Amino acid sequence: MDPMSISTSSASWKSGDGVSDQFPAGLRVLVVDDDPTCLRILEKMLRNCLYEVTKCSRAEVALKLLRDNKDGFDVVISDVHMPDMDGFKLLEHIGLEMDLPVIMMSADDSKNVVMKGVTHGACDYLIKPVRMEALKNIWQHVVRKKKHEWKDKDYEQSGSVEDGERQQKPSEDVDYSSSANEGNWKSSKKRKDEEDEGDERDDTSTLKKPRVVWSVELHQQFVTAVNQLGIDKAVPKKILELMNVPGLTRENVASHLQKYRLYLKRLSGQHHNGLGNSFMGPTDPTFGPMSSLNGLELQALTSTGQLPPQSLATIQAAALGRVANNKSAVSVPLVDQRNIFSFESPKIRFVEGQQQHNNNKQVNLLHGIPTNMDSKQLAALHQSAQSFGNINMPIHSQSTQSNSVMGQMVQPQSRAQILNEINGSHALNIPSSVGQPVFSQAIPSAVLGRNGIDNVRVQTHASVSQPSALVDFSRSQRAEFPGNNTFSKGSGGFIPNYDVFSDLNQNRTDDWGLQSVGSAFDAPQHSNLQGRLDVAPSVLVQPGFSSDQRRGHVRTPSGNKVAFSAADGLGNNTNLGQQIKAEDMGFQNGLFPDQFGQDDLMSALLKPQQEGLVPVESDFGFDGYHLDNLPV
Amino acid sequence: MQRQLANMKQSLFDQGYLDEQFIQLEELQDDTNPNFVEEVVTLYYRDSVRLIQNIENALDKNPLDFAKLDSHMHQFKGSSSSIGARKVKIECTQFREYCRAGNGEGCKRTFQQVKKEYATLKKKLEAYFQFARQAGPIEKACRPK
Repeated sequence: MDPMSISTSSASWKSGDGVSDQFPAGLRVLVVDDDPTCLRILEKMLRNCLYEVTKCSRAEVALKLLRDNKDGFDVVISDVHMPDMDGFKLLEHIGLEMDLPVIMMSADDSKNVVMKGVTHGACDYLIKPVRMEALKNIWQHVVRKKKHEWKDKDYEQSGSVEDGERQQKPSEDVDYSSSANEGNWKSSKKRKDEEDEGDERDDTSTLKKPRVVWSVELHQQFVTAVNQLGIDKAVPKKILELMNVPGLTRENVASHLQKYRLYLKRLSGQHHNGLGNSFMGPTDPTFGPMSSLNGLELQALTSTGQLPPQSLATIQAAALGRVANNKSAVSVPLVDQRNIFSFESPKIRFVEGQQQHNNNKQVNLLHGIPTNMDSKQLAALHQSAQSFGNINMPIHSQSTQSNSVMGQMVQPQSRAQILNEINGSHALNIPSSVGQPVFSQAIPSAVLGRNGIDNVRVQTHASVSQPSALVDFSRSQRAEFPGNNTFSKGSGGFIPNYDVFSDLNQNRTDDWGLQSVGSAFDAPQHSNLQGRLDVAPSVLVQPGFSSDQRRGHVRTPSGNKVAFSAADGLGNNTNLGQQIKAEDMGFQNGLFPDQFGQDDLMSALLKPQQEGLVPVESDFGFDGYHLDNLPV
Repeated sequence: MQRQLANMKQSLFDQGYLDEQFIQLEELQDDTNPNFVEEVVTLYYRDSVRLIQNIENALDKNPLDFAKLDSHMHQFKGSSSSIGARKVKIECTQFREYCRAGNGEGCKRTFQQVKKEYATLKKKLEAYFQFARQAGPIEKACRPK
């Protein structure tokens, strides 16, 4: 899987690069419409505009295409009314997972529908029948988005208050997602390679900017680094050093950090909604604090603007124990991710306080994350647990990365991350909000406790899982992450995500979330993720969320499976990580800002974005929002 | 012959059977797709059979599910408007209004109109394309006066 995803991204990247000269000719458009007549007409119109057109009559297929070709598309045009999936849901997924500009179209020109498009983050809304003139100018949306990405980077470089700059972005969904696209990883590498900052600025004028794909692993590393430094002291330069990722520039980190901060803010903002409240009920008191965090996270996410209002509502609903599969599911994951981010500081503190073993906390966090995370996260967790100080795990190996990411993630990432990961389908990255390398233990508890939301989310999506999630979490918490408590039990269930999940989650994505959670849960104590298995049930719950968002990224489901297996034995991590990674990669394209939930929180952060269908989506948690989609 | 063809087309526009969207389709026609318009229209008539059937089925239900009817009609209307079927579109709009008003009889009546316009247009376009093929390669589409 890895090679595939890698080659795909490479290929797409190349192609993307190649067309920049004749821009907008060669613009890669994905058009989705269930009406064959309209589809044919649109295709012809777009071809006449000299765009590269791919047509698709089903949203699920579109999402898959986007996920499989992370950098394969520049813009997506989608109909609003489609039989298999609501166009707005697709829009959310794409935004979360790939952060591509999405243009909605419909014969319906009523104000509320158009407004819906705006609130869901559509770049534009075309009334059918669509005219050639309208299509000729869609390239402006691509440019605008890229411009925003670069602008973020620039801000970073100039050293202005990152938060300050970022704040402006979050207000608009679209903007935010744009900022998520930091630029192609590869491109950055190529262009700026060693340079830290400032140099990238001249790229602003270029239409096609390389984007750094923030994979789950990468994101986890990032989160780990941030947590280590402390959210307040985390400056791009230091983060970059800590991450020690070759080719990553300060600008990349800066942009990513900006998004992350927004995400965290959102999470904290949501806290008030009391998301965690409902959740906390059944769990241990230890969970209490965590739950609140979740709520905060959700809010923070929402407030930062990354999370569309609907998402927040969904998440909250989820938190309240309501199962909200569709769109809401998507948003939830996002929130989770954000939560993780926003809560980084608090989480870290929290985590430390809670767990006697840092490791444990971290593990908990993972729990919250959808199954995908499980395998990867578990692997990562274990690794991180084992190599505490080993934050900067080499990124190149996918599996390794996931592992390391997981480990790292566990630490710094708050629950949100975990949740996001779970939600995000691929997101195996368990945010290491805990901040401690010891994922295994910390995460599960952390996840459970901290992310009240996480749990909630899971519940939302998978009504079934709710109870288990809660239970699991509480268990982990109390037990201080006994190495395997739950895990051992769960180990049996470790099986490929699908199996477990299907039972637990109704949503595809749910599966993943649960799995990861499960894994994370147990892991803490023991180097083996085994503990995770137990958590799995709870994790399963979560997956519900992550799947929702991803519009079509099926990755999540697969990720889950992998995650599961990974959880079982650390040894498997590699495999899983890879698999998950493969998936993550798909999402990475545009995930960052909103997509956290979808594939992976990490991925979301990692991916600058655009190409990629929505929605988003780092595996880790950001993608979580797309829970629904995951199962595509 | 070309002039005859042009007149045929002009009259379709004058009588309100087609609108601007049809011109858009013609403008898309080029050497790589010399029969694009006919291709799309054929696609429309083929696919719309199922959409019409959906509406028929929904109209047979008792009680009528207006939301569903509206949704089906929305689809059909969107498809029809994409080829510039003006009169059909107008009837569709009327149908949807009856749906919103919960007027079952109105819906059924209007649907008959929809089908009538749909069939009429189909015949006219078939004749037009047939003639066009005989007339030879069509020159660049020109807007009706």
